[in-house]
Amino acid sequence: MIRFEPRGPVAVSRMVGVSVTAALAALVLAAIPMLFAGLSVLEAYGLMIKGAWGSLFAFTEMLTRAAPLILTGLAAAVAFRAKLWNIGAEGQLYAGALAAVAVGTGLISGPSFVLVPAVILAGALAGGLVMLVPTLLKTRLGVDEVVTTLLLNFVILLFVQMMLEGPMQDPMGMGWPQSEPILDEAALPKLMDRMRIHWGLIIALTASLGVYFLLKRTVWGFEIRAVGENASAARHAGIPVTATFIRVGLLSGALAGLAGVGEVAGLKGYLTADLSPGFGYSGIVVAMLAGLSPIGVVFAALFIASIFVGADSMSRATGVSNYLADLIVAISLLCVLVSGLFLRFRIRLASTRPAQETAK
Amino acid sequence: MSDILEIFMSASFWAAAIRIATPLIFGVIGALICERAGVLNLGIEGIFTAGAMAGWMAVWLGAGLWGGVLVAALAGGFFGLIHAVLTVPLGLSQHVSGIGVTLFATSLSYFIYRTALPDVSSPPRIEAFQSLDIPVLSDLPFLGPALFQQTPLTFLALFLVAATAYVLYRTPLGLAIQAVGDNPAAVESQGLSVYGLRIGAIVAGSAIMALGGAFLTMSAFDAFFFGMVNGRGWICIALTVFASWRPGKALLGALLFGAFDAFQVRLQTEVGSFIPGQVFLMMPYILSIAALIVVARRADYPRALLVPYFKGQR
Repeated sequence: MIRFEPRGPVAVSRMVGVSVTAALAALVLAAIPMLFAGLSVLEAYGLMIKGAWGSLFAFTEMLTRAAPLILTGLAAAVAFRAKLWNIGAEGQLYAGALAAVAVGTGLISGPSFVLVPAVILAGALAGGLVMLVPTLLKTRLGVDEVVTTLLLNFVILLFVQMMLEGPMQDPMGMGWPQSEPILDEAALPKLMDRMRIHWGLIIALTASLGVYFLLKRTVWGFEIRAVGENASAARHAGIPVTATFIRVGLLSGALAGLAGVGEVAGLKGYLTADLSPGFGYSGIVVAMLAGLSPIGVVFAALFIASIFVGADSMSRATGVSNYLADLIVAISLLCVLVSGLFLRFRIRLASTRPAQETAK
Repeated sequence: MSDILEIFMSASFWAAAIRIATPLIFGVIGALICERAGVLNLGIEGIFTAGAMAGWMAVWLGAGLWGGVLVAALAGGFFGLIHAVLTVPLGLSQHVSGIGVTLFATSLSYFIYRTALPDVSSPPRIEAFQSLDIPVLSDLPFLGPALFQQTPLTFLALFLVAATAYVLYRTPLGLAIQAVGDNPAAVESQGLSVYGLRIGAIVAGSAIMALGGAFLTMSAFDAFFFGMVNGRGWICIALTVFASWRPGKALLGALLFGAFDAFQVRLQTEVGSFIPGQVFLMMPYILSIAALIVVARRADYPRALLVPYFKGQR
């Protein structure tokens, strides 16, 4: 089995090496479809770097895109740490956005310091509760959470569409399936004038530090790691495995819900059914690229966000489809899987064979 | 009430049920072959998309309908091989590899489609499979239109169910595949290759899955749309558990599912004014979750499912 856990300072540097190697390998492999599409590879990457890092506007756009990816990446990382396969971050994101809109469009009124926390809490709670369903089905009835979380993504998106064409539709929206705009007092403040970057990024960075602290320094964090390493051994050691799964499920769903809050209350201002271009699924790639490290998630999210924002800009300049971005992201995931293994073999070669036998 | 009875009495309802079931039959049979060999293939959703796109594009480029079917199967086999290499000899996480294959196959299909057809407003159409006109059977009253006026791919799906059941239960190869999903060490001790059997099963299963996608663009519709697979692959993974990994039950499960879906679409025309359409669209997914819950307690998973095998290591 692959060990996801970095152990000690040496392993951390190795993890970073694996991720960087994987990212570079993905960029090299992506040259094949780029050549196929008639692009000059170096020129295309030049356009992408310029599109994501080349100006203050580009850079803030990239950071704006990174914020939800950090949160969905954390959602996947914390769940995968416990081997709880939450593939439902996309749905949990929409649940969070829906709750944020429900609370933020006039359900309660008050000043910003009441409404903003209320919107954030509502979104986190909604995401967590959505993930609670497959978690309980897993712990109580033994239903595999992979398929239930995947299927719930479709159910929730349809539910959102239903609300946006029904009770939550904006009466002033000319019949478009969109919600009423979020009240100014409920919106996450902008970080800079005339840029779209907003407080969602601060929430995401805080969450990353919070999850890091939780995993490294708390009993719950230790229990999460122990359950992920070996659930039956953890149970024998007296760790409350079921309770740990439920905590992880709630936390993971809440993090994905926060991504939805940021997109709707920080960026768009109202909810539509095309709020997320697959942030939930990209979050899995972010988490794997980060080696499931909550700090690493920030850097992996910056990389993935650069690809998305850069490819959008490159696509506008060259006319090549921006599905290229999704393709590079998918290749990154396959590359990080393989390079993680490459690392494992290096470890094996480093130790002498008998020593390894006894270590097993 | 009589309206509801009327639904079941109409031949078009049963024809629709079989039509809806067909891609699922391909998907469940493909998933079942992979899982019987001990490997979960979550690449299915992307393999459906790849099969749909590749099959359609081959026909659009002039390969002919059966040429398209072959190309779809090859595309499925290709993505299956990626999953197989990552999960069998390399022993990587089957969950993550499967999601990776789905993301890769989906984005590659979309990218190729968009690159080949940069600015089409409406998707180009092909001359899709027509329903077969079987002498005598198709002309039977009620039974003819209900059961025998389907496209060739539906009959191919039914044939694959029978063939899979035969191979799995009646041939040494099938017994070896079952054994490799239950106890790979025992297979190795018989001098058979665990890797060979597993990789072969995943590639074959993935090729069959891709035919489910091809059915969508070459029989059910005559064009390729983004997002047209719409979770059908995941539904197949749920149905595979529901079917206890048995081809016969897989057919039954897919047909039940098709019947339910055809029924709710017809129910929608009766009560659609009271209930939002999305409630009906949610049904297939909720039904799949319900099917998983029903069988969860007594699900008899292949014992080595998700467990990688390394030579000489117990």
